[in-house]
Amino acid sequence: MARITASVYTSHVPAIGAALDLGKDHEPYWQKVFGGYEFSKQWLRENRPDVIFLVYNDHANAFSLEMIPTFAIGTAAAFPIADEGWGPRPVPPVVGHPELASHIAQSVIQDDFDLTIVNRMDVDHGLTVPLSLMCGRLDPARDAWPCPVIPFAVNVVQYPVPSGRRCWNLGRAIRKAVQSYDDDLRVQVWGTGGMSHQLQGPRAGLINAEWDNRFLDRLIAEPEALAQMPHIEYVREAGSEGIELVMWLIARGAMNDTPPRVRHRFFHVPASNTAVGHLILENT
Amino acid sequence: MPLQKTYLDIPGTTIFDAEQSRKGYWLNQFCMSLMRAANRERFKADERAYLDEWPMTEEQKQAVMSRDLNRCMAAGGNIYFLAKIGATDGKSFQQMAGSMTGMTEAEYRDMMIRGGRSIEGNRFVGEDGDAQAHRQPQGSAGRKAG
Repeated sequence: MARITASVYTSHVPAIGAALDLGKDHEPYWQKVFGGYEFSKQWLRENRPDVIFLVYNDHANAFSLEMIPTFAIGTAAAFPIADEGWGPRPVPPVVGHPELASHIAQSVIQDDFDLTIVNRMDVDHGLTVPLSLMCGRLDPARDAWPCPVIPFAVNVVQYPVPSGRRCWNLGRAIRKAVQSYDDDLRVQVWGTGGMSHQLQGPRAGLINAEWDNRFLDRLIAEPEALAQMPHIEYVREAGSEGIELVMWLIARGAMNDTPPRVRHRFFHVPASNTAVGHLILENT
Repeated sequence: MPLQKTYLDIPGTTIFDAEQSRKGYWLNQFCMSLMRAANRERFKADERAYLDEWPMTEEQKQAVMSRDLNRCMAAGGNIYFLAKIGATDGKSFQQMAGSMTGMTEAEYRDMMIRGGRSIEGNRFVGEDGDAQAHRQPQGSAGRKAG
């Protein structure tokens, strides 16, 4: 039987990927960000899963305004790296896990979540930056990511995005789906995006560190209550793009009901326009 | 019944909802076309001619040509789509975001290093924070332009 062993939460700021790709990661500005992931890289080497279920959002790369799926699960065998306009990131290709992904789609749809099934999809920085933060710099040709990845894209670009409550319940359904898969796989669920940031208008550059840290506290200790928070509070308090944090509730919802073991917590301002938050929670 | 828009009282913020998306459909789809290198070249060679291939409003075309991202947002643009114009110009997200505040690149970067823009006074329209309409533009770039 497959099981979820741990969940990882992290921001997915594109400039972090660019800093790594351009070899700027040892500059003092970026060391303050990458330093927070030193423990995490070691932890992932010691706790390598068989599959990563990676919740992220596409940033107008795979999905234009022609189609805007609220929840899209990648069931392909491989996912090309998107050219977001600056050229594709020089990272290894993303290998999928079509069997588990299809199983999850079948189970979760029958649990009343209307997923869009995607068999061809480029993946952007939302997916590759978390992998880079957790694995370090890899050679695009010689190296590989540590395991297959199932991309799970959530619409947080066009309002309204799914509610925190729905994301939490979806996490529950994903947990049930994983647990009903016959092969003995260790699965990690990663929730990405956030924390507070706003990329537009005269309020661009908004950061709310106090609110972010309260979010981390509550995500650990009282996630179900946190999931009741309405959209407007994310937008008002954490910025228009801070709404990405609803995706963390999918990963948290996939964890066991018993309190998790907090293996790592990190928070830093800024990476470009954004507050960087990071947690590793293990099922006990 | 009209759509409920509880977010209109947040200062300095445009929420990309269904109405904005409908208004900005061709503007944003034009931006998507810049993901192809060949299209970026054609756009750079003659912006006006390239824009005229799209059923965009004149206001949208002018907003793009003047690289006024606030104006693009008002015309239905979304920042992740508009970022393709920035990529074509070789600009980062930080440069693009900063350009909407009236600050110079250095002023905006320094604000971020100091911990970012404070939430105080910037939660509701009518407060006195630096993102409020009566305090624009915020930096020397905007004052020069004004």
